[in-house]
Amino acid sequence: MRPLLRYGVVCLALSLAPAWAQDITAPKSAVAGEQVTLSIAGSGKATFYLIGPGISNTHEINLGEEIKLRGDVLRTAGDYQVVVCGDPCKSATFYVMPAKPFSISFLVHPSRVPVSQSDAVSGVAFPFDQFHNLVLAPVPISFQLASGKASLLNKTETTKSGAAWFRTASSKSAGPLQVTAAFQDISAKRVVQQVASEPCNLRLTGQRNATGILVQTEPVHDCSGNPVPDGTIVSFTANAGGVKSTVDAPIKKGIARAQMDANGAAVISGASGVVMGNELHMGAK
Amino acid sequence: MRLILPIVLAAVTVVLIAVALTSANATGKTVGISAGSSFLTPKPTTPDQALSNLLLNAKRRNWDEAFNSVSNAQSPNKKSFIQDWTGSYGSLRAFSALEGYDIRPLHITNDEAQMRVRLHWTTPVGPIEDVRDFRLAREGEIWKTVWPKSDMPIVPSQVIPVTYLRWDLVSGGSDDEWGAKNIDAPRVRIVSMNPLDFAEGAVVLGEVVNEDTIPAFVNVTATLVDGSGNAIDEETSFDKIDHILLPKQVTPYRIDFPKVKFKDVKNVRMNIKATLVPASADPVIGVMNQKVDPDYQGKAVLRGDLFNESGQTVNIPHVIASLYDNNGKVLWVADGYVERALLPQTSAPFSIEIPKNMASKVQNFHVVVNQYSMGRN
Repeated sequence: MRPLLRYGVVCLALSLAPAWAQDITAPKSAVAGEQVTLSIAGSGKATFYLIGPGISNTHEINLGEEIKLRGDVLRTAGDYQVVVCGDPCKSATFYVMPAKPFSISFLVHPSRVPVSQSDAVSGVAFPFDQFHNLVLAPVPISFQLASGKASLLNKTETTKSGAAWFRTASSKSAGPLQVTAAFQDISAKRVVQQVASEPCNLRLTGQRNATGILVQTEPVHDCSGNPVPDGTIVSFTANAGGVKSTVDAPIKKGIARAQMDANGAAVISGASGVVMGNELHMGAK
Repeated sequence: MRLILPIVLAAVTVVLIAVALTSANATGKTVGISAGSSFLTPKPTTPDQALSNLLLNAKRRNWDEAFNSVSNAQSPNKKSFIQDWTGSYGSLRAFSALEGYDIRPLHITNDEAQMRVRLHWTTPVGPIEDVRDFRLAREGEIWKTVWPKSDMPIVPSQVIPVTYLRWDLVSGGSDDEWGAKNIDAPRVRIVSMNPLDFAEGAVVLGEVVNEDTIPAFVNVTATLVDGSGNAIDEETSFDKIDHILLPKQVTPYRIDFPKVKFKDVKNVRMNIKATLVPASADPVIGVMNQKVDPDYQGKAVLRGDLFNESGQTVNIPHVIASLYDNNGKVLWVADGYVERALLPQTSAPFSIEIPKNMASKVQNFHVVVNQYSMGRN
């Protein structure tokens, strides 16, 4: 209830204040977290109000003395208004700017990307000061992308309205892509997992054993030579005299393997995603 | 005169009790009886009565009486006989109850009879109908059922080496830096969608593929919209889909809209949700010897055998099949549960009924196996 009452009093004071605004001397701008000194002309006692983003404050002051506003009440960037109510009320405004960059919020998309894709990786960086104010002043952000020991991108972008960004292609090699956004000694790191694209040249081999046919792939790679991730499903199909058998087998250690139940002559094929493998023609047992 | 009414009431009560005990209906529901004796079971002087007695006792889980009505009591031991009815290894049968049965004679002579029984089971996944043929033999004045040898595989003790492959999920906490632990949801895609009217209502079916390199938990939702843009109904694929898709895996899905016809529908809105979940690449289940055959009633049935290539027991296998026409279009998605657990390195048969009006159009099929294993799902 009390803050509401205080707010009401301040609003009322503001409605009366404009005519005497020039009697308060305030800096045109200040920096978040730093002390600000105000001087107010006059004599006698008055009530001092400070209204800003996320703060409203009141004190009894002596007119004619300097008012020092501590840094901890000016942490949030934005417009602040000072109202002094003696006889009559006076007001002034000043702007608190964000302090120097203290941290970088860094968003990178996507978290997984197939290799050799153009414009596939993008990132945006936002510099913030130590009080979590977005730094709107231009800040040069250095973006660095490295895959293993190879550097894929190293460029500096200056923030516009508090944001700097990049967009680039994924590399040809699967593996983690280290993405860094840095300004002076501040940096933020993210990792994008570069994964193999669709399998390429799926090759099958098979041999009869006691329980049927053991069929397996050769090590499965994409067209850039990256091993397709373990767990990727390879669908094996055996057709033997109008009877079909299928096994969805995951790749393990680079190879998918399945036991097919077929005693007679059988044609075995394999597929992973949209990629078909070669056909195996197995004779009868 | 004063005694007439009590005597009449007592007599009627006795008659009603006797009728209730002796005329236990084959298809009638047994409520609240989990075990008990049927001390007034009629003498099995006919094959029909003998089989009725066996099934009634099995329904009441009165195993001593049921096993006594088996002819070759030495061949199946009592334990395997009971397991035939109650299931084992946490299979679907273990969670089911025999609700009723219909007996139909196939062939009867003086000493032998062949009977076909339609068993109605209640299960956690809905009612299931099972058809079994029984052979009965006359022993003196009474008939007994010749119990078939249990086909439950016996898996010898062994060590099966498995290259274990699973995905674990590390998720961030609320105090993580903004953007530090964003992991994209798996990329999945509806590759086909076919709306059609069916006897019970409208159906939307098709297939979904996981195009990503990580496993995905998928669920498909369809909303039917009328000409005014209002939603008529919204349903999900529920159990007519293999929810956990490994990379590059394809699953059929089917969404049923009971009592809705597509003539009232202007638009269908599809929504697929994919979530990143921990998953395992095992067990691998092969679907062997798939073929479409007519069953005993002449209905087309997709049959085959599931083969567990891994080293762990699959408690409840669930088979889902896409049926394609000659253009590769998904005509229908059918599914069925296998009531028996699938032990490591063993096979179990399955069969899925194909709707009568589709049977002639089916040119190809793709079967996937969903599985529920205790301690893993």
